[in-house]
Amino acid sequence: MKPPVHPLKKFIRPHVTRTTMCPGCGNGIVAAAILRAIDKLVLTMDDFVFVSGIGCSAWIPSPLFDADTLHTTHGRPVAFATGVKLGLPEKNVLVASGDGDLTAIGGNHLIHAARRNIDITVVLVNNGIYGMTGGQTAPTTPRGISTITNPYGTLEPPFDIAPMAVAAGASYVARWTTAHPRRLEQAIAKGIQKKGFALIEAVSQCPVQFGRASGIGKAVDILKYFKEKSLSLKKASGMTPEETSGRIVVGEFADVEKPELSSQLEELRERFRRAEA
Amino acid sequence: VKRVSPCRPGPHFMMGNIALAEGAIAAGCTFMAGYPITPASEIANRLSQLLPMVGGTFFQTEDEIAAVCAAVGASWAGKKAMTATSGPGLSLMQETIGFATATETPLVIVDVQRLGPSTGAPSVGVAGDMVQAARGSHGDYQLIALSPATGQEMFALTVCAFNLAERFRVPVIVLADAFLGHMKESVRIPSTDEMEIVNRRLAEPGTDPLSRNDFLNPSVAPMPVFGRGCRAHVTSSCHDAHGMRNLSDPAAMHAYVTRPIEKIISHRDEIVQVEADYSKGDVVLVSYGTTARAAQAAVNAARGKGLHAGRLRLKTVWPFPDVEVEAAARAASSIVVLENNLGQLLPYIRAAVGGECPVHFQPPERLGQLHDPVSVLQLMEEVIP
Repeated sequence: MKPPVHPLKKFIRPHVTRTTMCPGCGNGIVAAAILRAIDKLVLTMDDFVFVSGIGCSAWIPSPLFDADTLHTTHGRPVAFATGVKLGLPEKNVLVASGDGDLTAIGGNHLIHAARRNIDITVVLVNNGIYGMTGGQTAPTTPRGISTITNPYGTLEPPFDIAPMAVAAGASYVARWTTAHPRRLEQAIAKGIQKKGFALIEAVSQCPVQFGRASGIGKAVDILKYFKEKSLSLKKASGMTPEETSGRIVVGEFADVEKPELSSQLEELRERFRRAEA
Repeated sequence: VKRVSPCRPGPHFMMGNIALAEGAIAAGCTFMAGYPITPASEIANRLSQLLPMVGGTFFQTEDEIAAVCAAVGASWAGKKAMTATSGPGLSLMQETIGFATATETPLVIVDVQRLGPSTGAPSVGVAGDMVQAARGSHGDYQLIALSPATGQEMFALTVCAFNLAERFRVPVIVLADAFLGHMKESVRIPSTDEMEIVNRRLAEPGTDPLSRNDFLNPSVAPMPVFGRGCRAHVTSSCHDAHGMRNLSDPAAMHAYVTRPIEKIISHRDEIVQVEADYSKGDVVLVSYGTTARAAQAAVNAARGKGLHAGRLRLKTVWPFPDVEVEAAARAASSIVVLENNLGQLLPYIRAAVGGECPVHFQPPERLGQLHDPVSVLQLMEEVIP
């Protein structure tokens, strides 16, 4: 009898046998959700270009995924991905990167990509802290938590990323946590299928940095915390800001059809081709 | 659809920035990303008209960082890609220029230089970015930079920039300035059969990156552009010849830094172009860009007066034409360096001269004004023994 092979192994670079993630990291759950979504859609790695920035979650596609992967500079994966998509409009371009990368240093690129409604799927892994550099405050860190750079407690409120992407113009926006792996997978699949800008915010655990800073504890404790604090968007919509404070509002924040950039540019080229003919 | 088309072959009277845009189209550019900035905006304005007509894409970004990142992304998507900016934009692009050298990405960056530092004076031409063009990103690296002197060269050196970028998988910077960008003069657009166009070599589609050497080849590796089943692993982090990250092996780090530099330096004779017009015993004016026109006028006047005068014009400024400067120094009685700045390339020129002859430097009398050939001539008369 042949030894069992993991059903997602076909998507992994054959020579990559180890990950750089810490034990208990949520990146594995997010990576698996991305790959299951691709599998369910009956797509192959040749249908994709993966782009990532700098930070722990930027190492999800690179070097793990057996595909064209572009591992870029800090904060810029969406800008690079936009160029890739405009050059290869027939491919699915998926960005996997973190909250620091995509909403701090790269916040402006994210907002403008959503506004342009370019057909890119962004899986934003939000662990609420800078993990790789050792636990500094991120724009997503909950107020009051003591971090390495806010040893007396953070003073700033966190970004509410999903609604920001909706306001900027994204076609599809969802937020789930790593305690909702199936929902996450479904949202990523919908994001890939959506002709337009899709942002899937994956609230994820960093037991090493966030678990320690917040005092919530280890991976399982954080996952339990996610389950406990999660609140569906439907329920949250009837509640006051005080009532939803400290909760993680999950669900689909946008799912609309609107003009997409790369196809509009193709239509423009087509107009010139027709005029020439 | 509005009817505009690329300029037909033949003589035209056109602005330098427009000639540059026409050169990009002639070279096969199909992607430009840009952000408005004086004195470079006309390049984007023109290419936004032309690119969709030739099956290409013009993309206006939220800032210059996004512009150069998108151009790198499009290059990996297989397009001949460019961006155009001025000094402040080039400053913002520096991190990604380093990324492009480290990932061996063909790319053309146009810098229509203006008076700095900082926001400075947008419409005034000063060659203030001569060193930051090549040394502005962190770490050791080598790129190519060209310095046009005429509207004709705005066209021709842009074609050349794309060819070099494709041939050597490297960013090539065209260092124009506000005078050249905005001046209108006679430009002859050559016909396609007069032009040599170079396209990058591509990696075999459908193969595994571990079976190929996509990076760190001093002879220039075929490029595993995306979308062809190459499953390329592209990272600017320290990597091996397959592109796989390696952050622990000192030998890998050494190769990661030195081989892309060796790739350019070992081909410097194929890359470096100068215009040499001097004889033994001449006072040789060394200059580049717009300033070279004042140098030429001064040399013509000097020769008219029977003086032994010559000139060396650097069309390629990076990799630095040290061999060519040294050869001029061996022939010259003395060297006069003309730069439209406070002497940015002067230390490199002095190093190449290496004591072979005296070196004098003359900036313009007022920064932001071109050299007056009469005052250049006066200096030449003073230094002639």
